[in-house]
Order: sequence, then C-alpha cells, then structure tokens
Amino acid sequence: MVNGDGGPAQALAMSILVRMAEVYGATGLMDISQAHIDSTIYLGDATLEFAERLASLGARVAVPTSLNVSGVDECGWKDWAVKPEWAAKAARQMLAYERMGAVPMWTCAPYQTHMRPVFGQQIAWGESNAISFANSVIGARTERYPDLLDICCAITGRVPAVGLHLSENRGGNLHLRLTDVPVALQQDDQFFAVLGHLVGKLADEHIPVIDGVAVSPPEDQLKAFAAAAASSGRVALFHMVGITPEATTLDAAFRGRAPDRMIAITVADLRAARSELTTADGRELDMVILGSPHFSLAEFSLLAPLVAGRHLHPRVKFLVTSSRLMKERARETGILDPIVAFGAQITLDTCILASPMLPPEIRTLMTNSAKYAYYAPSLLGTRVTFGSLADCVRSAIEGRIVRDESLWQSE
Amino acid sequence: VISGRPIVAGQAEGEALVTHDALSFWGGYDFHTGEIIDQHHPLAGVSAAGRILAVPFSKGSSTTTAVLLEAVRAGTAPAAILTTGPDAFFALASIVADVMYGKSFPVISLEPADFASLRTGERLTITRDGRIQRDAEARLRL
Repeated sequence: MVNGDGGPAQALAMSILVRMAEVYGATGLMDISQAHIDSTIYLGDATLEFAERLASLGARVAVPTSLNVSGVDECGWKDWAVKPEWAAKAARQMLAYERMGAVPMWTCAPYQTHMRPVFGQQIAWGESNAISFANSVIGARTERYPDLLDICCAITGRVPAVGLHLSENRGGNLHLRLTDVPVALQQDDQFFAVLGHLVGKLADEHIPVIDGVAVSPPEDQLKAFAAAAASSGRVALFHMVGITPEATTLDAAFRGRAPDRMIAITVADLRAARSELTTADGRELDMVILGSPHFSLAEFSLLAPLVAGRHLHPRVKFLVTSSRLMKERARETGILDPIVAFGAQITLDTCILASPMLPPEIRTLMTNSAKYAYYAPSLLGTRVTFGSLADCVRSAIEGRIVRDESLWQSE
Repeated sequence: VISGRPIVAGQAEGEALVTHDALSFWGGYDFHTGEIIDQHHPLAGVSAAGRILAVPFSKGSSTTTAVLLEAVRAGTAPAAILTTGPDAFFALASIVADVMYGKSFPVISLEPADFASLRTGERLTITRDGRIQRDAEARLRL
C-alpha cells in the first residue's frame, strides 16, 4: 500500500499508519472490520486541509465507517451564533469525509445506531467516549485512537497489532472498590456520571476495575460513566464487575493477575467529585444543555413525561444535542412533541463544544452530563451547574438553579 | 544530560514548562494563542507556545491530536513535548504536521525519575538522538 498500488490516498494513509506502528511498538498490522471517525470535528484550516487532501487524492474507506459529530448543525446553524464562514468550512469538512464513502451519522454515540459493533469485533474508533463504551460496555476491541489516525485505519482497513486489540492487554490493573455507598445513592441518575468523573481522575494510565456496584444501570448510565471517565482521565477500557461483559467476576476482570493496587471509593469521595462538576455559585441560569454524548431514544423517553404540559421559563433556553437518527425516532414515536411544546430546541450533527453556536449572553449552564460539565468552563468560558435530569427540568421551569440535594448532602 | 527515547526525533531548544498532570489539548489548549485553557489544570492561563512542554501523557479527547496540528500550522505549538511514555496522540500530531506542512516537533519519552527532575524555567536543548542538554547556569538560578 505504501508504494502506491492502492492509489495515492491509501499510500499516504499507510505511510502515517506505518510510522505510528513504530510509535506503538507494534511488530505488525492487523485487520479491522469497522471504524468510527472523530476527525470530522472542524477546528480550523489544518483539519480541513487534511480532510480535503485525503478526499482529493481519492480516498475511500475500506471497512464500514461511521462519522462522528462535525463542527456545524448543517440544517439548524442559522438559529444560533455560528458565523457563515465557519459553517461553510465545517460543511466542506463534512463533505470531504462523506466523499470517502463513510456513513454520515454525525453522532458521538455511534454505538446506539445500527453500526454498533459486537463483542470481540476488531474496530478502529476515535471519540473518547465512544472508544470507552465500545471497549468496555460492548467488549469490542479498539485502541484509544486519535483524530487523523482513525481515518488512516479506515482507509487501509488495518491497525497496529497492539494494546487493547489483544486479549493479554485487556485485563484490569487497578481495583476500585465502592465502600459503604448506599444503594439509594447508586440509584440516583447522577451517580454513574459522578463515579465516571472520579474514576477518570483515579485511573491515570490504568485499566480500572470497579467493584461493588449494587444496581443494574441502564445503558445510558454506562454511557454517562464512559464519557465522564474519558474526559477527566484517559480511560479507554474499564471493567464493572457483574455488569460489563469481560467482568463476569472480579478475577475475570483482572484476567487472573493481581491488580497494582486497590483504592476504596467512599460517599465522601463521590460528593467531592460531584462538587467539582459545578463551577457556578449562584442560582442564575441561562441555559439547560443535555446530550453529551448525544441524547438517545431512551433519554428522550425519560425527558418527555418530565416536561409534558409544562412551559420553559421565558428567560431560559433548553437545548438537547442529538443525532438525526434519534430525533427522527423520537418524532416517530410521538415523544418529541411534548419536548418541543415545552420550548426545548434540538441541535443535530454537533454539540455546543464542537460548534461555536452559543451567543455571548449565555453565561451560566446547567447540565446532567459530566462531559459537558467538565469541558464547558474551559472551552466556552461559561459557568456550569451539574444536576439530575429532573433538577435540570425543574430549574428550566423556575428560571433559576434548583437541585434536590437530599441524597448528596453531608450528614 | 538526560537520555530520552525519541518517539518522534527532532531538534528543539527552549524553556521548560513542566506539569505532572495529564492534559487534553481539546478543551485544554487554545491553538490561536498557545495558552493552556483547561480550568481543571494547574497550568490554566499559562502559554506553552514555543516552550518545551513536559506533560506525562495526554488524556481526554481524541481531538487532542487535531488541536496540536492546528497549533503547529498556526505557529503556537510547544517546541517539543516530553512525556513519561510513548504517547500516540502527541506523536501523531508531529508526524501529520511533517506530512502536511514539513514541520514537526520532537516528542521524547523520559524515564520517570528524569521527568521528575525537570523544572519549569530551565533551558533545554534537544538533539535528534533524544538527548536533552540542560543549561547548568540556568538551573543554578532557579
């Protein structure tokens, strides 16, 4: 491939892949059967030039490939503060990746579409939350791929044969034990996002094994955990004993080896982690933002009854970021109607972190997403309050921050 | 002199900026200015442009690599990155910057003890073999 018999784009992709194989210390390459491309996020001229260079050389993906969020909501950007020049360039970058034959999903939750991989499948995924979910919750196998390399893997259908692609590297090596954490707290819908934020900080370069979870979290809670742990840390694979597929038992999660160390996680640790996700100190509220990772059909279903028959406070915006696919499904099933009637807006293809869409008067946010809470203060300069889905809805109705602290306050 | 392992070989000279906390460049680095913007990070508000950034490893977003590529194009990237292990995210940005713009920066992996001995403000000279020359006089002034 490097010498060009697969065309110039494949040669370019392979030359980058071969140099990266050296970085990874790989002795060979291996096949993959699927890819997810995070390089779609438009940042500036460099990301666009890279995409258009590949596309102009005739690049084609060699395996089924889904596309992550882009830098613009193609159909809805004019409702927001996105500048036309940004929208035009972000759309060019979208087109470049579409021309390579990838599926234009434009979502950071590809695992909740028909392109969800299966247990044991070898894949090359970008997007930190998706990597963590695919490896941990599904048991598919991907390294933690950066932007720009994901597309090289997709074009060649190959990856360095290293890391999380190989069974021997998938065992946990850090034991995190929930200690005296009441079931009532574990049942709270903020619990897994907060736990993920904490685990990301504790894990460093380790593969954490979380032990002591006494509830059966729905998939969207594991999604929230994965996204949080991949934001505060670099967690590309975690095991949750009795819950994730490679952790049927504690021993299985460690693949028979002893962990480097054990850390107890207490209620006090969780309270402190939750506090870190809030940077605002007052009760002012400009906007509620939901959907990082992109809101699923199940999440729309949870939101609908909370807002049905209610009305958004006139001073507050309420935005849900999701994919075209999920919005369409929510519309078909009728659950979108009460959400729209409430006054919520839906942004597709992107999110508030990947597209400069928020007007400057939006200074204070509230969210139930640990990923939004982690990145918004740095990327947007906004203040943020983290709370439950019900807290977010109640605050949006009242026009000020209200949180039910009964489960989270100190005794 | 510190002997590092060149993950991406190259030459660089500059002032060290040292942190022991991992960094995501997406949400953590403004490529228009070279400033570290992660409000959770101890170096928030500090510019790394043209300096030799010692950071143990990348964390967070896959887009770290793309932000770093934009920074190379804009002339706001660190002059080199020193880590405690081979970090694919940093290495790839340098490799793609070489392919796209003929500009790369050294990425050098250090032994943890060598990494721990680095101090912000000391002047470092990196050579292609991964050796890092420390300016003794500058060290004495610290």
